[in-house]
Amino acid sequence: MRIRCPHCGPRDNGEFSYLGDAAPIRPDGMEAQPVAMHDYVYLRDNPAGPHRELWYHGAGCRSWLVVDRDTRTHEITGVSSARDVALSRRTGEVA
Amino acid sequence: MRYSLLSVLGQALRGQRDWKPQWRDAAPKAEYDAVIVGGGGHGLATAYYLAKEHGITNVAVLEKSHVGSGNVGRNTTIVRSNYGLAGNIPFYERSMKLWEGLEQDINYNAMVSQRGVLNLYHSDAQRDAYARRGNAMRMAGIDAELLDREGVRGIVPFIDFDNARFPVKGGLLQRRGGTVRHDAVAWGYARAASDRGVDIVQNCAVTGIRRENGRVVGVETSRGFIRARKVALSVAGSTSLLASMADLRLPIESHVLQAFVSEGVKPFIDTVMTFGAGHFYVSQSDKGGLVFGGDIDGYNSYAQRGNLATIEDVMEGGMALWPGLGRLRLLRHWGGIMDMSMDGSPIIDRTPIDGLYLNAGWCYGGFKATPAAGFCFAHLIARDTSHEDAAAYRLGRFATGHLIDEKGMGAQPNLH
Repeated sequence: MRIRCPHCGPRDNGEFSYLGDAAPIRPDGMEAQPVAMHDYVYLRDNPAGPHRELWYHGAGCRSWLVVDRDTRTHEITGVSSARDVALSRRTGEVA
Repeated sequence: MRYSLLSVLGQALRGQRDWKPQWRDAAPKAEYDAVIVGGGGHGLATAYYLAKEHGITNVAVLEKSHVGSGNVGRNTTIVRSNYGLAGNIPFYERSMKLWEGLEQDINYNAMVSQRGVLNLYHSDAQRDAYARRGNAMRMAGIDAELLDREGVRGIVPFIDFDNARFPVKGGLLQRRGGTVRHDAVAWGYARAASDRGVDIVQNCAVTGIRRENGRVVGVETSRGFIRARKVALSVAGSTSLLASMADLRLPIESHVLQAFVSEGVKPFIDTVMTFGAGHFYVSQSDKGGLVFGGDIDGYNSYAQRGNLATIEDVMEGGMALWPGLGRLRLLRHWGGIMDMSMDGSPIIDRTPIDGLYLNAGWCYGGFKATPAAGFCFAHLIARDTSHEDAAAYRLGRFATGHLIDEKGMGAQPNLH
């Protein structure tokens, strides 16, 4: 499996660390309800198929990346900078 | 047919002509008292103990492929009960005791070999941690011995004791641990369950879980609808997929774990040994191949195959501990899909849906748990209350904070 890092080009997956599903969004502030925190911390869709996930290029540019990957085949269909994804979420644009 | 020395001799004289199939390859009936989804070790053990301990025999085990084609045939066959937390200790010790009596109980040669499990330590801090774990085990009546360097040398003299980075300082030994022939566990439980009237239905994939008024009434399968009062999921690796058929989201991620076998060699190591400074565990099969493994690959996967970065990491761990491995050739390797739970511990519990039961989240420690998981899951299905040895394995523990985090890694499944 190779991940095409937007900064470093295609690199071996051994250079990256995995965090997990990129979909959960941390509930905001002290008003967050325990049920919402439980869902955020523990529950996952865990799909067999397309999965949007967070990887960290620790042995390269040290950027956080959002990777679109199929969990059945390991095929990677898209990589973007997690920063860009987060900024576009804030401005309401689609990443 | 009961297996014995006499039956073996008798068949030898008759040219091995009269052996019968070990279990009935049943066609599904329209209705059962209980349907167990998943014909792996856990599902078959559950069916066996439902019949044996609770007298419930109108049971089907549904397997999407053939019996034993999943993780029960993909593990490194290690059994042990060297856990340190209160929620785990009684459960894994029950499993160990069931292993010890398994072959007599089910009249099947599962090649239970109590060759010992030796966890090596490489630093003072690790020695303290192992002493604590060993003491927790001994307080629960489980055998554990803390060995110094010379004690380890007496068992595995060939490892690199003076490795510059990870010198071997000693080990924690559980002599009652060891290995069990994994396929024979599936076959033996299948035969024993079938003998007691359980239907084992192969090539029968569950495609839906039918509910009426919030209660399970049966399962849709590739071989038609099967009505059942109770449906029990025992499908490690695919748990989230089955649960989603009942609109449940679970604290589980599916990850791939790779395992390896070398070419066959003469007797080389007569125990199970684990490297404490990396993640590497090894034993030798009766055929002579070294069976070993390491960490999961660390990303969500349903592919049953992994990547080279992990293979390299496992080999490096092996070579750091045991340079003598270097001349061995790798014969084959494979992957299995693990139910990685959020605290590294399993779930044996009812679900919010009446009649739907869950046995899941085994991470990569499900094989050693097979007998006790079947025993405790059967108890739950039959009586609707948790067995006391599995009382901590609740689905709701993540919401209430009663986690069982043996490794102290937090809610990060790929680190457990």
